[in-house]
Amino acid sequence: MKIEARHERGITILEPRGKITIGVGDVALREAVAEALEAGARNILADLGGVTTIDSSGIGELVSAYTSVSNRQGKLKLVNLPPKVTDILQITQLISVFEVFESVEEALASFE
Amino acid sequence: MPVEEPQVRISIGSRFEHIDLIQVVVDDALERLGLDDDSRHWVGIAIREAVANAIKHGNRQDPDKQVEVELAIARGQAIIRVGDEGEGFDIHEVRDPLEPENLLRPNGRGIFYMKNFMDEIEYSSRPEGGTLVTLRKHIASVGVTEAETAPTDGASASGSRADGDSSS
Repeated sequence: MKIEARHERGITILEPRGKITIGVGDVALREAVAEALEAGARNILADLGGVTTIDSSGIGELVSAYTSVSNRQGKLKLVNLPPKVTDILQITQLISVFEVFESVEEALASFE
Repeated sequence: MPVEEPQVRISIGSRFEHIDLIQVVVDDALERLGLDDDSRHWVGIAIREAVANAIKHGNRQDPDKQVEVELAIARGQAIIRVGDEGEGFDIHEVRDPLEPENLLRPNGRGIFYMKNFMDEIEYSSRPEGGTLVTLRKHIASVGVTEAETAPTDGASASGSRADGDSSS
């Protein structure tokens, strides 16, 4: 599990790759979000295109990240969802919580 | 004739990093039984949740406590049992993660995952202490033998002898 962070148009883009699962990926995601917020990020775009598996802990971390960012008057949005991640968000009904986009460009424009 | 019936039994210390091992072994067995990629993905997720719960909530991440995982094939089903050495819990106390007040809770979706991705899920107490969760998934490529079609009470037989002769 690796998470790359980059910045575009004032938005922090996090790109986790691999499994966001208990004990490893979920911790990495938590740390990456915390690091971004500590560095002053307000809005975060999570590009999940490289995520292969997300378990309930991974989903929990996404929810925690959403709450943390929202509490700072920012927004956490999602882009490039693999079909299986979309399935999970639909099953858990979290698809109604997150703003989801099909392209990074479209997602970045939504922050403006 | 009975089809191939791999019997798998694995015991791990209560560490999250061992979950991948369980998933790899069970995935390999289910692939040999002809379960398609998508189904194996979701079964794999369900097993991960069961093992994670056993490690986290059952054994409280005590590495000296074991989580035991068994895979058996019977009556056209893959039957996965995950046992821990914990103090047990009341499944009725588990919150519904779809209730609006729970939607943004970071925890509490593990059992929900299992219920969604498996055909059946059942919790029971182990005689020696601890909790046993039994997960069942129908596999179309696994036939039901004549012996297996004999009258049975189905789910309630899950804790018995489908896993008699073990290996690996």
